Amino acid sequence: MGTFIAIVLAAVLTNNFITAKTYGICPFLGVSKKTSSAAGMGIAVTLVMVLATLVTYPIYTYVMVPLKIEFLEIIFFIFIIASLVQMLEKIIQKVSPTLYGAMGIYLPLITTNCAVLGVTELLIGDMSAILGTASMNIGWAVIYSLFAGLGFTLVMIIMSGMREKLNYYKTPKALSGFPIAMVTACFICMAFYVFSLISI
Amino acid sequence: MNKYKKITLDGLIYQNPTFMLVLGTCPTLGLISSAFSSMGMGLTVLVVLTLSNIIISALRKVIPGAVRIPCYIVIIATLVTFARMFLEKFVPDLYDSLGGFLALIVVNCIILGRAEAFANKNGVLESAVDGVANGLGFTLALTIMGVICEFLGKGSLFGLQIMEFKIGMLATPAGAFLVYGICIAVFVYIIDGFERWRRVKANKLARENLLNAKEAA
Repeated sequence: MGTFIAIVLAAVLTNNFITAKTYGICPFLGVSKKTSSAAGMGIAVTLVMVLATLVTYPIYTYVMVPLKIEFLEIIFFIFIIASLVQMLEKIIQKVSPTLYGAMGIYLPLITTNCAVLGVTELLIGDMSAILGTASMNIGWAVIYSLFAGLGFTLVMIIMSGMREKLNYYKTPKALSGFPIAMVTACFICMAFYVFSLISI
Repeated sequence: MNKYKKITLDGLIYQNPTFMLVLGTCPTLGLISSAFSSMGMGLTVLVVLTLSNIIISALRKVIPGAVRIPCYIVIIATLVTFARMFLEKFVPDLYDSLGGFLALIVVNCIILGRAEAFANKNGVLESAVDGVANGLGFTLALTIMGVICEFLGKGSLFGLQIMEFKIGMLATPAGAFLVYGICIAVFVYIIDGFERWRRVKANKLARENLLNAKEAA
């Protein structure tokens, strides 16, 4: 139970993907103009992150490590993620056209999202700082990626709320667009930075 | 020659991948707290981008259009794997400081973006020049921001302690966002001002020429 709480706190607050690791900034800046689209993107990323971990972690531990082909991890992982996203898009299109209408446009973008490749690379690396004495297994890996995705969604939603309010104010011409969004993100990061001072 | 000058200027200034197009933001924000690692990241991307541009433009007639993106990704992922092995063996300091961002060069939008927008339409030499120009634009932008962040945030430059005074916030991701945002704004402001100045000068010259022509007539 202790490990579970440590993983959840680390993934959502202290090691949040956007505010502490700066993974997945492209969708964070690009798709955060409206809360509905930010939430859709966040959920889509979470889904792909969990599925990618479910596939890549066993393949790495049970196929690539025994065969001593760890150096091929980048090529393997990016291909698994790309085909997974393509497959997911087709399945959602067939099963639920409504969901596809809400989420479908974000799915192709996710292939080149650092957050997905980032989480798979992170999980096969050294995670002892978060896990403590417990050893890494597929269960913890999936829980970590699920909550990292939820943390990503949380920051996306906070950011989109702030950007919707920002539309009511006049900004200087040079600052409008990306620069003001980044200054806004700076304040979110500062708020989240406080969590990293907590030691569990 | 004029063509190469235009490609170089576009990559370095007018379509600078970091400041004008805001691409490849993840490694930028993650690494600019240290000038050494941000410059190392820039140079790694420069090499990978140039090689991928050369290979993709050489193979542009062979790769079928429908499956071009997976083909590009395989080429880029192979190059990144090579770069990672090279850095691990020969520059272990840089390898450690880049951490996870080294593998994430595969999904860096600049490399795939240049492949899609330039290398699959142009010859090998133009693509090589474009790769070097864009890579240099990225490296310069990252180094400038890395120096600012490290100097103000840690009081050091390239790991060398210079002053006691420091604003610790600038060495965290929050400071990276702030410095990046302000740098984009300043860059855009300067480029806009320069363009306006050039337009005014050109107009003035045209008007003078017209007056001279009238007087002569």
